[in-house]
Amino acid sequence: MKKLLLHYWKLTNKPSVHFSIGFLTLGGFLAGILFWGGFNTALEATNTEAFCISCHEMENNVYQELQTTIHFSNRSGVRATCPDCHVPHEWTDKIARKTQASKEVWGKIFGTISTREKFEDKRLELAQHEWARLKANDSLECRNCHNFDYMDFTRQSPRASVQHSTALASGEKTCIDCHKGIAHQLPDMSEVEGWQ
Amino acid sequence: MTINIKTRACYKVFISPVLPAFILLSLLSMTVAFVEAADLVDDTKQIATLRKGTQLSTEAEEPEPLLNESNKDKKRERGYPMQPPTIPHAIDKYQVDTRANQCLACHARTRIPESQAPMISVTHFMDRDGNFLADVSPRRYFCTQCHVTQVDATPLVENTFIPIDQLLKKEKK
Repeated sequence: MKKLLLHYWKLTNKPSVHFSIGFLTLGGFLAGILFWGGFNTALEATNTEAFCISCHEMENNVYQELQTTIHFSNRSGVRATCPDCHVPHEWTDKIARKTQASKEVWGKIFGTISTREKFEDKRLELAQHEWARLKANDSLECRNCHNFDYMDFTRQSPRASVQHSTALASGEKTCIDCHKGIAHQLPDMSEVEGWQ
Repeated sequence: MTINIKTRACYKVFISPVLPAFILLSLLSMTVAFVEAADLVDDTKQIATLRKGTQLSTEAEEPEPLLNESNKDKKRERGYPMQPPTIPHAIDKYQVDTRANQCLACHARTRIPESQAPMISVTHFMDRDGNFLADVSPRRYFCTQCHVTQVDATPLVENTFIPIDQLLKKEKK
């Protein structure tokens, strides 16, 4: 093993015999572009709703629930797709989340939520992961569209404007603290803090 | 033996001549019954219903657009003391089922300090024998069975209800 590693170390350490430095630099550059472009294209392909609901776990459970909510169908026709809320938009955070999502591939292979019953049993745990994530990043994915600075309190109901101008404005609360279950059905809330 | 001969004679004299006609008639009546059954499916030939003879597969007229629930957070007067108060805010897509009750997320006894919403009344903690329970009685769990939102619409029928105080005033005069 050590021999093999040493062999490769020497190989990469040795100056090139047959290829010119120009070829190697340009070739490396081009290969880099191709790899990077391919990587990002593949990444973006996994960042679409079509990709998410290509698994029945997503299409038959959460996607069905989303369709009845305002984030899917509304008067102005602006809608949110899965990655809009579940994947960070900034590159570094996105890569971190995507790496985390390899666990979901594991779950898919071993059928962790392959039936409705299994999904219902896991619903609370899965929801808690998302609540924790949004709580930790100050509801970043909500704020990608809903910007506090441009909220017109006069256009909100009295209840909403009171809460938004106090708890949200002071940073004491973040979106997800109150707005749970807006895009999917709520799990069993009997043990959740702030729900009796 | 004699009976047997009699029966046979009876068959020859009375039944055999009309048998083909009888079979034909029964076949005909079956066809009529079948056609009538088909008519049952056709709404237009039935007595007036709320759909006014419109086929189930069609709309009689364009339905009115849905109105927004009133969302002004202003408490409304009750028609009589025991009336379940109407909901002064929008509740569309609120989840009320075995897993969660979004109304109680604000109106439950323990949620009042934070939400500052009116607490569900003490009657909601009573079972039907009047005993107080620790939490909301299951028979009171489904809020919208009694409490409803309102829309700003012209009533479809006139309301003839007279509140008791107005009734008493009338009697005094």
